[in-house]
Amino acid sequence: MIKARIVVTLKNGVLDPQGKAIGGALGHLGFDGVDEVRQGKVFDLQLDGDDKTATEKRLSEMCEKLLANTVIENYTISID
Amino acid sequence: MNTTVVLLPGLNRDRDMIAALKTITGKLPQTVWQTETSLPPSDLIVIPGGFSFGDYLRAGAIAARSPIMRAVAEAAEKGVPVLGVCNGFQILCEAGLLPGALMRNTTLRFVCREVKLEVTNAKTRFTGGYSAGQIIRCPVAHHDGNYFADAHTLAALQDNGRIVFRYAEGTNPNGAINDIAGIVNADGNVLGMMPHPENLIEPEHGGIDGRAIFEGALGLTQQEAA
Repeated sequence: MIKARIVVTLKNGVLDPQGKAIGGALGHLGFDGVDEVRQGKVFDLQLDGDDKTATEKRLSEMCEKLLANTVIENYTISID
Repeated sequence: MNTTVVLLPGLNRDRDMIAALKTITGKLPQTVWQTETSLPPSDLIVIPGGFSFGDYLRAGAIAARSPIMRAVAEAAEKGVPVLGVCNGFQILCEAGLLPGALMRNTTLRFVCREVKLEVTNAKTRFTGGYSAGQIIRCPVAHHDGNYFADAHTLAALQDNGRIVFRYAEGTNPNGAINDIAGIVNADGNVLGMMPHPENLIEPEHGGIDGRAIFEGALGLTQQEAA
């Protein structure tokens, strides 16, 4: 069994109004000095098999085809 | 005249769309459920608005990978007119049938009101019933209508007349880049738009500004019929 984590974030230059609103809320709570907040998504997957190289390739395909919208998002894959 | 409406769990504008198509063609549209793998012969395929699959992951993301979308892509490839409205537009972008992406409105608010649209290209099969620069009324109702595409894609859309509708000055409800409200694919047979033309097709709606889009797609525009 392989455990993997995929993190999807907005590309630089893509406006993130949600991140901005969250940053504003942090300010209301007194957390000063937060210059920017960017919201992203985390996917934790458990996969059959133990071939990490092949799994990373499959995970990359999953990101390209579904988990990330590469028009606006980047992704990173980490495998335990 | 056969029209087909794609049905997905979580849509809520399908009944409006079916009523509009019936009014225009005089015939009840065919419907296909998302798990089906083929489409009946169609003169127009429509993906209506709503919140397919609860907008999980991203608006339209799950729907775009449903089995029926492969058949829609094949039909589009063959030149069958395809119209995606609101969630339908989001689904067409997620499916790769149209470029770009629709993101959360910059206000973070769901917006439900009438806007004015400028017909920026009146030479597409969907817009032949309008004149270039004409301002039409159209309601919007969405949370994720903020169109985005990279500079290269925007230039290609602009240079090839593929931006069909823009929000008229001062009415952009969602922060869409370059006020883009609707675009077509390179072949001009797939139109995606955030506003709801199906809600302005008979005088009882208070106007018929949206009607020509459907008539154009079906080859029923007055110029052609005359």
